[in-house]
Amino acid sequence: MMDHLFREMAPVSSAGWHEIETEVKQALKITLAARKLVDFKGPQGWEASSVGTGRSEALESPTLWNAEGTGVEARIRHVLPLMELRVPFTIRRSELAALDRGARDLDLDPAVDAARKIAIAENHTIFSGYPAAGIRGICDAPPEPSFSLGDDLESYPVLIAGALNRLRDRGVNGPYAVALSERCYTDLTDATKAGYPVFEHVRRLVDGPLVWAPGLDGAAVLSMRGGDFELTVGQDFSIGYLSHDAEQVRLYIEESFTFWTITPQAAISLAAPEKA
Amino acid sequence: MAGESLHEERTILGPEILDRHRAISTLMEELEAIDWYDQRIQASENQELQATLLHNRNDETEHASMLLEWLRRHDAAFDQQMRKYLFTTGPIREAGAAATAGQTAAVGAAGPATNSLAIGSLRATISARSEIE
Repeated sequence: MMDHLFREMAPVSSAGWHEIETEVKQALKITLAARKLVDFKGPQGWEASSVGTGRSEALESPTLWNAEGTGVEARIRHVLPLMELRVPFTIRRSELAALDRGARDLDLDPAVDAARKIAIAENHTIFSGYPAAGIRGICDAPPEPSFSLGDDLESYPVLIAGALNRLRDRGVNGPYAVALSERCYTDLTDATKAGYPVFEHVRRLVDGPLVWAPGLDGAAVLSMRGGDFELTVGQDFSIGYLSHDAEQVRLYIEESFTFWTITPQAAISLAAPEKA
Repeated sequence: MAGESLHEERTILGPEILDRHRAISTLMEELEAIDWYDQRIQASENQELQATLLHNRNDETEHASMLLEWLRRHDAAFDQQMRKYLFTTGPIREAGAAATAGQTAAVGAAGPATNSLAIGSLRATISARSEIE
Protein backbone atom coordinates (compact mmCIF):
# COMPACT_ATOMS: atom_id res chain seq x y z
CA MET A 1 0.00 0.00 0.00
CA MET A 2 1.72 3.15 -1.23
CA ASP A 3 1.29 6.36 0.72
CA HIS A 4 1.98 9.97 -0.21
CA LEU A 5 5.70 9.59 0.52
CA PHE A 6 6.14 7.20 -2.46
CA ARG A 7 9.11 5.54 -0.76
CA GLU A 8 8.53 2.27 -2.58
CA MET A 9 9.45 4.01 -5.84
CA ALA A 10 12.92 4.97 -4.60
CA PRO A 11 15.87 2.77 -5.70
CA VAL A 12 16.96 2.38 -2.10
CA SER A 13 17.47 -0.99 -0.41
CA SER A 14 16.19 -1.76 3.07
CA ALA A 15 19.74 -1.34 4.36
CA GLY A 16 19.94 2.03 2.60
CA TRP A 17 16.72 3.25 4.19
CA HIS A 18 17.90 2.06 7.57
CA GLU A 19 21.19 3.95 7.26
CA ILE A 20 19.57 7.17 6.01
CA GLU A 21 16.93 7.06 8.72
CA THR A 22 19.47 6.39 11.45
CA GLU A 23 21.58 9.39 10.42
CA VAL A 24 18.55 11.66 10.08
CA LYS A 25 17.10 10.63 13.42
CA GLN A 26 20.37 11.30 15.20
CA ALA A 27 20.65 14.76 13.68
CA LEU A 28 17.03 15.57 14.49
CA LYS A 29 17.27 14.47 18.11
CA ILE A 30 20.37 16.57 18.69
CA THR A 31 19.09 19.70 16.97
CA LEU A 32 15.41 19.73 17.97
CA ALA A 33 15.21 21.94 21.04
CA ALA A 34 11.61 23.02 21.51
CA ARG A 35 10.45 19.39 21.63
CA LYS A 36 12.60 19.01 24.74
CA LEU A 37 10.56 21.70 26.47
CA VAL A 38 6.94 21.89 25.33
CA ASP A 39 3.87 19.65 25.53
CA PHE A 40 3.53 17.28 22.59
CA LYS A 41 0.33 16.06 20.94
CA GLY A 42 0.22 13.57 18.12
CA PRO A 43 1.23 12.34 15.68
CA GLN A 44 -2.27 12.76 14.24
CA GLY A 45 -1.40 11.73 10.69
CA TRP A 46 -0.86 13.49 7.40
CA GLU A 47 -4.60 14.07 7.04
CA ALA A 48 -4.82 16.22 10.20
CA SER A 49 -5.27 19.84 9.18
CA SER A 50 -6.04 22.02 12.18
CA VAL A 51 -6.32 22.40 15.93
CA GLY A 52 -9.39 24.01 17.44
CA THR A 53 -8.74 26.87 19.86
CA GLY A 54 -12.25 27.04 21.30
CA ARG A 55 -12.53 30.63 20.08
CA SER A 56 -14.98 31.97 17.52
CA GLU A 57 -16.16 35.27 16.15
CA ALA A 58 -19.49 36.57 14.95
CA LEU A 59 -20.18 36.73 11.24
CA GLU A 60 -22.64 38.92 9.45
CA SER A 61 -26.03 37.25 9.49
CA PRO A 62 -26.64 35.16 6.35
CA THR A 63 -29.89 36.92 5.50
CA LEU A 64 -29.06 38.51 2.18
CA TRP A 65 -30.94 36.01 0.04
CA ASN A 66 -34.12 35.93 2.01
CA ALA A 67 -35.76 38.31 4.44
CA GLU A 68 -37.07 35.29 6.38
CA GLY A 69 -33.51 34.65 7.48
CA THR A 70 -33.59 37.69 9.75
CA GLY A 71 -32.64 36.74 13.28
CA VAL A 72 -30.19 34.03 12.20
CA GLU A 73 -26.85 34.42 13.92
CA ALA A 74 -23.62 33.05 12.51
CA ARG A 75 -20.21 32.44 14.01
CA ILE A 76 -16.97 31.05 12.66
CA ARG A 77 -14.53 28.93 14.67
CA HIS A 78 -10.91 29.93 15.09
CA VAL A 79 -8.41 27.18 14.37
CA LEU A 80 -4.67 26.84 14.12
CA PRO A 81 -3.98 25.29 10.72
CA LEU A 82 -1.17 22.74 10.55
CA MET A 83 1.79 23.95 8.50
CA GLU A 84 4.10 21.74 6.49
CA LEU A 85 7.90 21.90 6.44
CA ARG A 86 9.85 20.07 3.77
CA VAL A 87 13.58 19.97 2.99
CA PRO A 88 14.70 18.09 -0.15
CA PHE A 89 18.11 16.44 -0.33
CA THR A 90 20.06 14.30 -2.77
CA ILE A 91 22.01 11.10 -2.11
CA ARG A 92 24.47 9.67 -4.63
CA ARG A 93 23.45 6.19 -5.75
CA SER A 94 27.09 5.12 -5.69
CA GLU A 95 27.04 5.65 -1.92
CA LEU A 96 23.94 3.50 -1.55
CA ALA A 97 25.50 0.81 -3.73
CA ALA A 98 28.63 0.92 -1.58
CA LEU A 99 26.50 0.45 1.52
CA ASP A 100 24.91 -2.65 0.03
CA ARG A 101 28.43 -4.01 -0.54
CA GLY A 102 29.24 -3.48 3.12
CA ALA A 103 30.82 -0.01 3.16
CA ARG A 104 30.58 1.82 6.48
CA ASP A 105 32.13 5.22 5.68
CA LEU A 106 29.18 6.59 3.75
CA ASP A 107 28.67 10.17 2.67
CA LEU A 108 25.17 10.90 3.91
CA ASP A 109 25.95 14.53 4.73
CA PRO A 110 23.12 15.88 2.54
CA ALA A 111 20.60 13.92 4.64
CA VAL A 112 22.16 15.14 7.90
CA ASP A 113 22.24 18.74 6.63
CA ALA A 114 18.57 18.51 5.65
CA ALA A 115 17.68 17.11 9.07
CA ARG A 116 19.51 19.93 10.80
CA LYS A 117 17.85 22.51 8.56
CA ILE A 118 14.29 21.29 9.18
CA ALA A 119 14.94 20.92 12.92
CA ILE A 120 16.19 24.51 13.13
CA ALA A 121 13.13 25.66 11.18
CA GLU A 122 10.86 23.93 13.73
CA ASN A 123 12.81 25.45 16.62
CA HIS A 124 12.64 28.93 15.09
CA THR A 125 8.92 28.61 14.41
CA ILE A 126 8.19 27.55 17.97
CA PHE A 127 10.41 30.11 19.68
CA SER A 128 9.91 33.10 17.37
CA GLY A 129 6.53 32.37 15.81
CA TYR A 130 5.45 32.22 12.18
CA PRO A 131 2.77 34.81 11.42
CA ALA A 132 2.05 33.43 7.95
CA ALA A 133 0.99 30.17 9.60
CA GLY A 134 -0.84 31.88 12.45
CA ILE A 135 1.75 30.71 14.98
CA ARG A 136 2.68 32.82 17.95
CA GLY A 137 6.03 31.79 19.36
CA ILE A 138 7.21 31.32 22.93
CA CYS A 139 9.37 34.47 22.63
CA ASP A 140 6.90 36.52 20.60
CA ALA A 141 6.37 39.13 23.31
CA PRO A 142 8.89 41.98 22.95
CA PRO A 143 11.77 41.43 25.39
CA GLU A 144 11.84 43.73 28.36
CA PRO A 145 14.90 46.02 28.37
CA SER A 146 15.91 44.73 31.80
CA PHE A 147 16.28 41.25 30.32
CA SER A 148 18.66 42.06 27.48
CA LEU A 149 21.70 39.86 27.27
CA GLY A 150 24.86 41.93 26.91
CA ASP A 151 28.34 40.79 26.07
CA ASP A 152 29.12 40.40 29.74
CA LEU A 153 28.67 36.66 30.19
CA GLU A 154 29.20 36.94 33.93
CA SER A 155 25.87 38.78 34.11
CA TYR A 156 23.90 35.84 32.65
CA PRO A 157 23.20 34.13 35.99
CA VAL A 158 21.83 37.39 37.42
CA LEU A 159 19.61 37.97 34.38
CA ILE A 160 18.29 34.42 34.43
CA ALA A 161 17.67 34.57 38.17
CA GLY A 162 15.74 37.81 37.55
CA ALA A 163 13.67 36.13 34.85
CA LEU A 164 12.88 33.25 37.21
CA ASN A 165 11.74 35.71 39.86
CA ARG A 166 9.55 37.44 37.30
CA LEU A 167 7.89 34.11 36.42
CA ARG A 168 7.27 33.41 40.11
CA ASP A 169 5.80 36.91 40.51
CA ARG A 170 3.38 36.04 37.72
CA GLY A 171 2.30 32.92 39.57
CA VAL A 172 3.99 30.62 37.06
CA ASN A 173 5.57 27.72 38.90
CA GLY A 174 8.22 25.30 37.71
CA PRO A 175 10.02 23.22 36.80
CA TYR A 176 11.84 25.92 34.87
CA ALA A 177 14.09 25.47 31.86
CA VAL A 178 16.46 27.69 29.90
CA ALA A 179 16.86 27.60 26.13
CA LEU A 180 20.01 29.19 24.74
CA SER A 181 20.87 30.13 21.17
CA GLU A 182 23.89 28.44 19.64
CA ARG A 183 26.01 31.52 20.27
CA CYS A 184 24.83 32.04 23.86
CA TYR A 185 25.32 28.36 24.65
CA THR A 186 28.83 28.25 23.21
CA ASP A 187 29.89 31.53 24.82
CA LEU A 188 28.49 30.41 28.14
CA THR A 189 30.30 27.09 28.13
CA ASP A 190 33.59 28.94 27.58
CA ALA A 191 33.06 31.57 30.28
CA THR A 192 34.33 31.39 33.83
CA LYS A 193 33.98 33.66 36.81
CA ALA A 194 36.73 33.43 39.40
CA GLY A 195 37.61 30.08 37.89
CA TYR A 196 34.08 28.69 38.19
CA PRO A 197 32.24 27.92 34.95
CA VAL A 198 29.37 30.38 34.41
CA PHE A 199 27.46 27.60 32.66
CA GLU A 200 27.41 25.59 35.89
CA HIS A 201 26.24 28.65 37.77
CA VAL A 202 23.26 29.00 35.40
CA ARG A 203 22.58 25.28 35.55
CA ARG A 204 22.22 25.42 39.32
CA LEU A 205 19.55 28.11 39.06
CA VAL A 206 16.95 25.94 37.34
CA ASP A 207 15.45 22.55 38.13
CA GLY A 208 14.83 21.76 34.44
CA PRO A 209 17.25 21.45 31.55
CA LEU A 210 19.52 23.94 29.83
CA VAL A 211 18.83 23.34 26.18
CA TRP A 212 21.04 24.11 23.19
CA ALA A 213 18.57 25.70 20.78
CA PRO A 214 19.75 26.41 17.25
CA GLY A 215 17.24 28.73 15.60
CA LEU A 216 16.57 30.72 18.76
CA ASP A 217 17.78 34.31 19.07
CA GLY A 218 19.10 35.09 22.55
CA ALA A 219 17.64 32.96 25.30
CA ALA A 220 14.35 32.06 26.90
CA VAL A 221 13.44 31.09 30.44
CA LEU A 222 10.21 29.13 30.60
CA SER A 223 8.11 26.89 32.76
CA MET A 224 7.76 23.18 31.99
CA ARG A 225 4.80 22.68 34.36
CA GLY A 226 2.68 21.77 31.30
CA GLY A 227 -0.40 23.30 29.74
CA ASP A 228 1.33 26.49 28.56
CA PHE A 229 2.96 25.57 25.25
CA GLU A 230 1.60 22.87 22.98
CA LEU A 231 3.13 21.38 19.84
CA THR A 232 0.63 19.41 17.76
CA VAL A 233 2.17 17.18 15.11
CA GLY A 234 0.20 15.78 12.20
CA GLN A 235 2.82 13.76 10.36
CA ASP A 236 5.98 13.40 12.41
CA PHE A 237 9.27 13.71 10.53
CA SER A 238 9.22 11.32 7.60
CA ILE A 239 11.40 10.75 4.57
CA GLY A 240 9.73 10.76 1.16
CA TYR A 241 10.80 10.20 -2.44
CA LEU A 242 10.90 12.81 -5.21
CA SER A 243 12.83 11.41 -8.19
CA HIS A 244 15.96 9.61 -9.28
CA ASP A 245 18.27 9.16 -12.24
CA ALA A 246 21.30 6.97 -12.88
CA GLU A 247 23.49 9.06 -10.57
CA GLN A 248 21.38 10.18 -7.64
CA VAL A 249 18.18 9.86 -5.64
CA ARG A 250 16.20 12.91 -4.56
CA LEU A 251 14.44 12.51 -1.24
CA TYR A 252 12.98 14.90 1.31
CA ILE A 253 12.26 15.20 5.01
CA GLU A 254 8.81 16.46 5.88
CA GLU A 255 6.57 17.10 8.85
CA SER A 256 3.28 18.86 9.54
CA PHE A 257 2.58 20.68 12.79
CA THR A 258 1.29 23.73 14.55
CA PHE A 259 2.21 25.36 17.81
CA TRP A 260 -0.05 27.00 20.35
CA THR A 261 1.27 29.46 22.93
CA ILE A 262 -1.53 29.08 25.44
CA THR A 263 0.10 31.07 28.25
CA PRO A 264 2.53 33.70 26.90
CA GLN A 265 3.25 34.73 30.51
CA ALA A 266 4.92 31.37 31.18
CA ALA A 267 8.11 32.44 29.37
CA ILE A 268 10.56 35.33 29.56
CA SER A 269 12.51 36.18 26.45
CA LEU A 270 16.08 37.40 26.88
CA ALA A 271 17.15 39.51 23.91
CA ALA A 272 20.27 38.47 22.04
CA PRO A 273 23.42 40.54 22.50
CA GLU A 274 24.21 42.96 19.72
CA LYS A 275 26.24 41.28 17.02
CA ALA A 276 29.84 42.46 16.94
CA MET B 1 -2.33 7.30 40.31
CA ALA B 2 -4.64 5.59 42.75
CA GLY B 3 -5.01 1.85 42.39
CA GLU B 4 -2.20 1.53 39.87
CA SER B 5 1.22 0.09 40.48
CA LEU B 6 4.37 1.80 39.36
CA HIS B 7 7.50 -0.30 39.54
CA GLU B 8 9.94 2.60 39.51
CA GLU B 9 10.08 6.02 41.16
CA ARG B 10 7.38 8.22 39.66
CA THR B 11 9.74 11.21 39.50
CA ILE B 12 12.12 9.53 37.05
CA LEU B 13 9.48 8.12 34.71
CA GLY B 14 8.46 11.30 32.88
CA PRO B 15 5.06 12.25 31.43
CA GLU B 16 5.34 10.02 28.36
CA ILE B 17 5.90 6.80 30.31
CA LEU B 18 3.21 7.73 32.82
CA ASP B 19 0.66 8.34 30.07
CA ARG B 20 1.53 5.01 28.44
CA HIS B 21 1.14 3.36 31.85
CA ARG B 22 -2.32 4.91 32.16
CA ALA B 23 -3.31 3.68 28.73
CA ILE B 24 -1.96 0.16 29.26
CA SER B 25 -3.62 -0.13 32.69
CA THR B 26 -6.94 1.00 31.25
CA LEU B 27 -6.61 -1.40 28.32
CA MET B 28 -6.00 -4.26 30.74
CA GLU B 29 -9.18 -3.32 32.61
CA GLU B 30 -11.21 -3.18 29.41
CA LEU B 31 -9.98 -6.62 28.29
CA GLU B 32 -10.66 -8.09 31.71
CA ALA B 33 -14.19 -6.69 31.58
CA ILE B 34 -14.76 -8.36 28.18
CA ASP B 35 -13.61 -11.67 29.64
CA TRP B 36 -15.98 -11.29 32.60
CA TYR B 37 -18.90 -10.37 30.36
CA ASP B 38 -18.22 -13.40 28.14
CA GLN B 39 -18.42 -15.72 31.12
CA ARG B 40 -21.56 -14.12 32.59
CA ILE B 41 -23.37 -14.12 29.25
CA GLN B 42 -22.59 -17.79 28.89
CA ALA B 43 -23.69 -18.55 32.43
CA SER B 44 -26.95 -16.60 32.44
CA GLU B 45 -30.20 -18.21 31.34
CA ASN B 46 -32.12 -14.92 31.17
CA GLN B 47 -32.26 -13.76 27.56
CA GLU B 48 -32.94 -10.10 28.43
CA LEU B 49 -29.93 -10.01 30.74
CA GLN B 50 -27.79 -11.82 28.16
CA ALA B 51 -28.68 -9.21 25.51
CA THR B 52 -27.88 -6.35 27.87
CA LEU B 53 -24.56 -7.86 28.89
CA LEU B 54 -23.69 -8.53 25.27
CA HIS B 55 -24.35 -4.88 24.42
CA ASN B 56 -22.13 -3.78 27.29
CA ARG B 57 -19.49 -6.32 26.38
CA ASN B 58 -19.30 -5.01 22.81
CA ASP B 59 -19.00 -1.45 24.10
CA GLU B 60 -15.83 -2.55 25.89
CA THR B 61 -14.35 -3.75 22.59
CA GLU B 62 -14.71 -0.21 21.25
CA HIS B 63 -12.94 1.19 24.31
CA ALA B 64 -10.14 -1.37 24.02
CA SER B 65 -9.69 -0.66 20.29
CA MET B 66 -9.45 3.08 20.90
CA LEU B 67 -6.77 2.50 23.51
CA LEU B 68 -4.83 0.21 21.18
CA GLU B 69 -4.85 2.94 18.55
CA TRP B 70 -3.64 5.47 21.12
CA LEU B 71 -0.80 3.12 22.05
CA ARG B 72 0.08 2.63 18.39
CA ARG B 73 0.40 6.38 17.95
CA HIS B 74 2.60 6.76 20.99
CA ASP B 75 4.81 3.69 20.76
CA ALA B 76 6.89 3.22 17.60
CA ALA B 77 7.48 -0.48 18.30
CA PHE B 78 3.75 -1.13 18.67
CA ASP B 79 3.17 0.78 15.44
CA GLN B 80 5.71 -1.37 13.64
CA GLN B 81 4.32 -4.68 14.92
CA MET B 82 0.69 -3.73 14.33
CA ARG B 83 1.47 -2.81 10.74
CA LYS B 84 3.05 -6.22 10.37
CA TYR B 85 0.33 -8.38 11.93
CA LEU B 86 -3.04 -6.61 12.03
CA PHE B 87 -5.61 -7.16 9.26
CA THR B 88 -3.58 -9.94 7.64
CA THR B 89 -4.96 -13.23 6.41
CA GLY B 90 -3.44 -16.69 6.69
CA PRO B 91 -1.27 -17.97 9.52
CA ILE B 92 -0.28 -15.08 11.79
CA ARG B 93 3.26 -16.36 12.29
CA GLU B 94 3.84 -16.30 8.52
CA ALA B 95 2.66 -12.71 8.23
CA GLY B 96 5.52 -11.70 10.48
CA ALA B 97 8.05 -13.80 8.61
CA ALA B 98 6.85 -12.45 5.25
CA ALA B 99 7.21 -8.86 6.41
CA THR B 100 10.69 -9.59 7.79
CA ALA B 101 11.77 -11.15 4.51
CA GLY B 102 10.54 -8.12 2.63
CA GLN B 103 7.93 -10.11 0.73
CA THR B 104 4.64 -8.56 -0.27
CA ALA B 105 2.55 -10.13 2.44
CA ALA B 106 -1.18 -9.69 2.72
CA VAL B 107 -0.43 -6.93 5.19
CA GLY B 108 0.51 -4.75 2.23
CA ALA B 109 3.15 -2.62 3.92
CA ALA B 110 6.04 -3.02 1.52
CA GLY B 111 9.33 -1.30 2.22
CA PRO B 112 10.24 -0.12 5.70
CA ALA B 113 7.78 -1.22 8.34
CA THR B 114 6.85 2.34 9.22
CA ASN B 115 7.38 5.51 7.24
CA SER B 116 7.56 7.88 10.19
CA LEU B 117 10.84 8.48 11.97
CA ALA B 118 8.74 8.57 15.17
CA ILE B 119 10.72 11.32 16.85
CA GLY B 120 7.77 12.34 19.05
CA SER B 121 8.30 14.26 22.25
CA LEU B 122 11.87 14.60 23.41
CA ARG B 123 10.98 15.72 26.92
CA ALA B 124 11.28 12.22 28.31
CA THR B 125 14.80 11.82 26.92
CA ILE B 126 16.10 14.60 29.14
CA SER B 127 17.43 12.95 32.24
CA ALA B 128 17.54 15.60 34.94
CA ARG B 129 19.64 18.45 33.60
CA SER B 130 21.38 17.45 30.43
CA GLU B 131 21.86 19.96 27.69
CA ILE B 132 22.14 18.74 24.12
CA GLU B 133 20.42 15.39 24.45
